[in-house]
Amino acid sequence: MAVNWFPLWLSLRVAALATLVSLALGLWIAYLLANRRFRGKELLDAVVTLPLVLPPTVLGYYLLVVLGRSSPLGHVYEWAFGGPLVFTWQAAVLASTLHAIPLLVKSARAAFETVDRSYEKAARNLGASDWRVFWRVTLPLSRRAVIAATVLAFARALGDFGATLMIAGDIPGKTQTAAIAIYDAVEGGDTLVARVLVLVLSAVAIAIVYAANRLQQRQVTG
Amino acid sequence: MIQARITKRFPPQPDSAAFSLDIEFQAGAGVTALFGPSGAGKTLTLDSIAGFMHPDSGRILLDDQILFDADSRVSLRPQERHCGYVFQNYALFPHMTIRQNLVFAADRHPRLERHRLVNEMLERFHLTDVSGRRPHEVSGGQKQRCSIARALIGSPRLLLLDEPARGLDAPLRAELYSLLRRIREEFAIPILLVTHDLEECFELAEEMLILREGRIVQSGAPREILEQPASVEVARLLGISNLFEAEITALDPGRNTSRLKFQNQEISGTYFPGHLRGDRVWLCVRAEDLRAMRQNGARPEPNQVPAKLLRTSERPQSVRLEFSGDISVDMPRQEFERQKDNKDWVVEFPPDALRVL
Repeated sequence: MAVNWFPLWLSLRVAALATLVSLALGLWIAYLLANRRFRGKELLDAVVTLPLVLPPTVLGYYLLVVLGRSSPLGHVYEWAFGGPLVFTWQAAVLASTLHAIPLLVKSARAAFETVDRSYEKAARNLGASDWRVFWRVTLPLSRRAVIAATVLAFARALGDFGATLMIAGDIPGKTQTAAIAIYDAVEGGDTLVARVLVLVLSAVAIAIVYAANRLQQRQVTG
Repeated sequence: MIQARITKRFPPQPDSAAFSLDIEFQAGAGVTALFGPSGAGKTLTLDSIAGFMHPDSGRILLDDQILFDADSRVSLRPQERHCGYVFQNYALFPHMTIRQNLVFAADRHPRLERHRLVNEMLERFHLTDVSGRRPHEVSGGQKQRCSIARALIGSPRLLLLDEPARGLDAPLRAELYSLLRRIREEFAIPILLVTHDLEECFELAEEMLILREGRIVQSGAPREILEQPASVEVARLLGISNLFEAEITALDPGRNTSRLKFQNQEISGTYFPGHLRGDRVWLCVRAEDLRAMRQNGARPEPNQVPAKLLRTSERPQSVRLEFSGDISVDMPRQEFERQKDNKDWVVEFPPDALRVL
């Protein structure tokens, strides 16, 4: 019996997109948390951390409430893109993004805060805008930690199950990611498919964690 | 010309006492040293001028441009202040080469000019050979020069130097001083130099401001300040070792004389304007102005105080003799060789070397 590779490809694609989105959003939030003082800063930090501590089903439920077909935002999405968001692979991207973003924000904020302030001071003194200071000084000086966090975020996006299942569903060939396909295969007694997917996912995960650790070690030693 | 009036209060923190900064000064082209012990507010002053600290009140003017004015709520961003700043640890960007550090700073100049300017600065500060290296791959002196070149490349209207000689050994220090003298000649801008090294003030500064606990306690040319410290605190900061509590027992403006009593001795000095007979004052004499010798005859001569030699210590040019009564005398080495076997010492206080505070 042939193994259907579609769930694996879908997972990789969803995870890659989710990583990109959470990188853009996560770096921005991390920058705000590390550099700006504003009201509700720690609240923002707490809200961003929430996906790390809540059960994925709770996250999925929130997404359904906020973005479901009967919600205002869901209406706006349908009007703008001509179809509902729920039960599409885009919804899976959203779920994975939420799953991955806390990791990125936490690591990036810590990395930004450990950059010696005198470099940023010097850059501003030399006339660099905040934007330029960030891209030319802060980010390059914390790049290893940020890359390591991105790699881990990718791994986490790859592994999301609960939230994806709730908002994107389990439509084979459309929204069925690898994690969900494994669940289905085990349920249906299809042990071969389950084993293959489990092995492949494990191998990818080990490679990613190994790479992330190496990156972080080099950050420490110089 | 930089004019600054800055006040800033820092409430007490768990790890530090309350501190308030309250200073006012102006400085023209040339080197003005901010001298004082650690925690006197020297770096805070530079940070306020550069825009990294927001004073509670006051006003900072640089060549008629308002950098900060509390009353009209003007506070330019650090980027807009055009103050070159050489930080204490140099703050060279570690991920950029020496050249890239300069290119980063030359951003204000048009693209075509930038390249030429960077090359010129590399040449001028003898950095061309190491321009492709990262800061951690070059020597301390080269880092030093790069940080100064980087601060100057944007054509600042003011240069701030935060303890630039800290951690440099003697030859590098000398090199730095001649470099800074050259900069003083070539760039006609005010240079504020934070230091707690008195020799550095004499080497470089035309003017010096003495800071203590957030206040300017005296300002003037280094030589003048050393000649006439404004208070016993200033004298202590300047490392003047002979400070005695004394009483003025006689004053004669006509003959330009006075009598001072200290440690149960009476000596004469010159007239001290602005003081009255009976004033309790601090008598202040520099160790190199005092003379020590063997007592001639049974009684000490006028202005000689008998003392017991307690300790001697070597200095580069002289020998420091420490006597009973906290009197220190610096004596040229050759003279000490001749006198070292003296038994009964007297210390002579030349009348015109005496200062009262």
